[in-house]
Amino acid sequence: MSLTLEQVRRIAHLARIEVSATEAEATVGHLNGIFQLIEAMQAVDTRGVEPMAHAQDLAQRLREDAVSEPDRRLAFQAIAPEIEAGLYLVPRVIE
Amino acid sequence: MRGEESAPAHAMPHMIERSLKELSAALAAREISSVELTGLYLERITRLNPEYNAFITVDPETSLAQARAADARIAAGNAGPLTGIPIAQKDIFCTEGWLTTCGSKILSNFVSPYDATVIRRMHEEAGLVCLGKTNMDEFAMGSSNETSFYGPVRNPWDVTRVPGGSSGGSAAAVAARLAPAATGTDTGGSIRQPAALCCITGLKPTYGLVSRYGMIAFASSLDQGGPMARSAEDCALLLASMTGFDAHDSTSLDRPREDYAGDLDRTLDGLTIGLPKEFFGEGCDPAVMAAVRTAIAQYEKLGARTVDVSLPNSHLSVPAYYVIAPAEASSNLSRFDGVRYGYRAPEYSDLNDMYAKTRAQGFGAEVKRRILIGAYVLSHGYYDAYYLQAQRIRRLIADDFAAAFKHCDVILGPTSPSPAFKLGAKAADPVQMYLSDIYTIAVNLAGLPALSAPCGFVSEGGTRLPVGLQLIGNYFSEARLLNVAHRYQQATDWHRQAPEGL
Repeated sequence: MSLTLEQVRRIAHLARIEVSATEAEATVGHLNGIFQLIEAMQAVDTRGVEPMAHAQDLAQRLREDAVSEPDRRLAFQAIAPEIEAGLYLVPRVIE
Repeated sequence: MRGEESAPAHAMPHMIERSLKELSAALAAREISSVELTGLYLERITRLNPEYNAFITVDPETSLAQARAADARIAAGNAGPLTGIPIAQKDIFCTEGWLTTCGSKILSNFVSPYDATVIRRMHEEAGLVCLGKTNMDEFAMGSSNETSFYGPVRNPWDVTRVPGGSSGGSAAAVAARLAPAATGTDTGGSIRQPAALCCITGLKPTYGLVSRYGMIAFASSLDQGGPMARSAEDCALLLASMTGFDAHDSTSLDRPREDYAGDLDRTLDGLTIGLPKEFFGEGCDPAVMAAVRTAIAQYEKLGARTVDVSLPNSHLSVPAYYVIAPAEASSNLSRFDGVRYGYRAPEYSDLNDMYAKTRAQGFGAEVKRRILIGAYVLSHGYYDAYYLQAQRIRRLIADDFAAAFKHCDVILGPTSPSPAFKLGAKAADPVQMYLSDIYTIAVNLAGLPALSAPCGFVSEGGTRLPVGLQLIGNYFSEARLLNVAHRYQQATDWHRQAPEGL
C-alpha cells in the first residue's frame, strides 16, 4: 500500500498537527517507507490467534468509591498557559 | 550492608569508580558524606557535561539539600542501603519542582507539580539524591538520542558517535562517571541499547513491576522503567528501590517486593542458556557477534550449558511494534494540546488552530511521524488490517518465548546489531534507525525482563567501541538474570572499562 498526499493531510488533521505543503511531501515519503516495513505483517496467517493487548492477563482493579486525592487545583493551574477564576482559558468556540 | 567492607580506605578505588555497595559502605563509615559525594558529582557535571550533553537540568541547590537530608538520616541511624547515594533521573519521570521535559519543546516549560512513584520511592523513601534530569530522545522515540529538543547526547567513548537511545543521557552520564547510576525507561530497547553502546549494565524489568505513574507515557502497554548502572550488582540494589505495587498505576502488579541482590552469587552450574538461531544469523556486525561468542564460551567455563532455541516470529517484532507503539503514542500524546500545561503556540485563529499550531511547533519530526502512523492505523477501515493484526502477531511472539523457555533458563544474544554509530548516520532514514532495535523489541511485546551487560569491544577506525550482550528471562526472573550477569562480571572486567581521559 502507499499513502497519498491527501491521506497524509487527513490524518494530520485528525491528529491536530498543522503540516505545510513541503512538510506533507516529505512526510508522505517517510511514512511510506515505514509502511513498507510494516507490510511484512500482512503475509502472516493469524486466523484463530487471540489478539494480545497486554503482557499480563490482568483484570481492571476496582477501588472503594471514596475520595483519595487532595485538592491540588492551585498547583496544577499554576503551570497552565492561561487561566481565570480557576478555569482554563481557550479561544472562544461558541459565539 | 554496613561493616562488610573491611579494606582500608587507601586500598579502595577512587570514589567515582566505586560500586553502589562500596559507596554505601563509605557513607556508613563516614569516609565521605552525601554532601561531599554529591558535590563531587555536581562538579564533574559542571565541568564535563558540555562535552556530552547528558543532562537537560541540574539544580545543585536542590541536590545538596537532599544530600543534607540524607546525611541527617545516616547520622540518625535510619538510613537504607542507598541513602545518600546520588543518581541521575531520566527526564521522563515527573519530579516535583523540577523541569520535566521528556526531551520535547512541548514540555520545555513544564515544572512538574507532582512526583512519579519511582521518584518518590527512590528519593523520599530510599533517600537517594537526585543529581539532575538526563537528556533523552523526544518522548523516548528514538534509538540515538538525536531527536531531543535539547540536542544530541554524545557517546563518552567517542564524542562523534551516538550513545544510543532513548535513555542516552542516562547511559552517557553513567559511562562518563557523571553519576554512579541512573534510571531509564524501555519501550523497545531504550534501556538496553544505550547500555550496550556506552559499556554499562541496564535492566528492563517484567512489565508491571515498576510503576508507570508519573512516567510520561509513550506506549503504555510496553513502557517500563528500570535501572542503568555500571554493574549487575548495582542494578539489583537500584531495582529493589524502584519496584512495588502502586495503586496509581492500573497495570501495576501486586506482588511481594523482592531482594534482587540476595541471589547474585548463586552458581551457574546447571544453568541452561538458550541461543535463538534468529539472533545469530545475518544482520549482525561480525565483530559484535565475535564478542558475544566469546561471552558464551565464558559462560560455559562458569558451568552453564547452551541449547539452540528458535523464536520463529522475531522478524515480525519490528513491524508489529511500529503499529502498536505509534497507535498507543497517538492516543497518549493527544493530551499535549496547549491547554493545561506546556507550550502553547503564540498565535492562532481559533481553538482547532491553537491545537494544530501548538502541536506542529511543539513536537519534533519523529514524534509527529509516529503520531500520524498511529492515527492512521487506528482510523476507520484500517484498524483490523493493522492494529488487530499487530496484536495477533504480538501473541505469536510471546508464544515463541514461552516455547523457548521450556528448554532453557535464560536466552542470550547480542543487544544491538552494531556498536555506536556516527551522529547523523541514520538520522535521515527512520527505517534504518528502527532496525537498531531488532534484538530488543520482541522482549517488550512479550513483556519479559531482559538486561544488557558489557561483553567486549570492537575497533572502528582505531576507536574502541563497547559491545553489549543481552540476557532475556522468563516473567519475574529479574533476580536470576542479575545473578547470571553478576557471575559473568565477577569473571570478566568489561564492565569496569572506562572511556579514556575521565
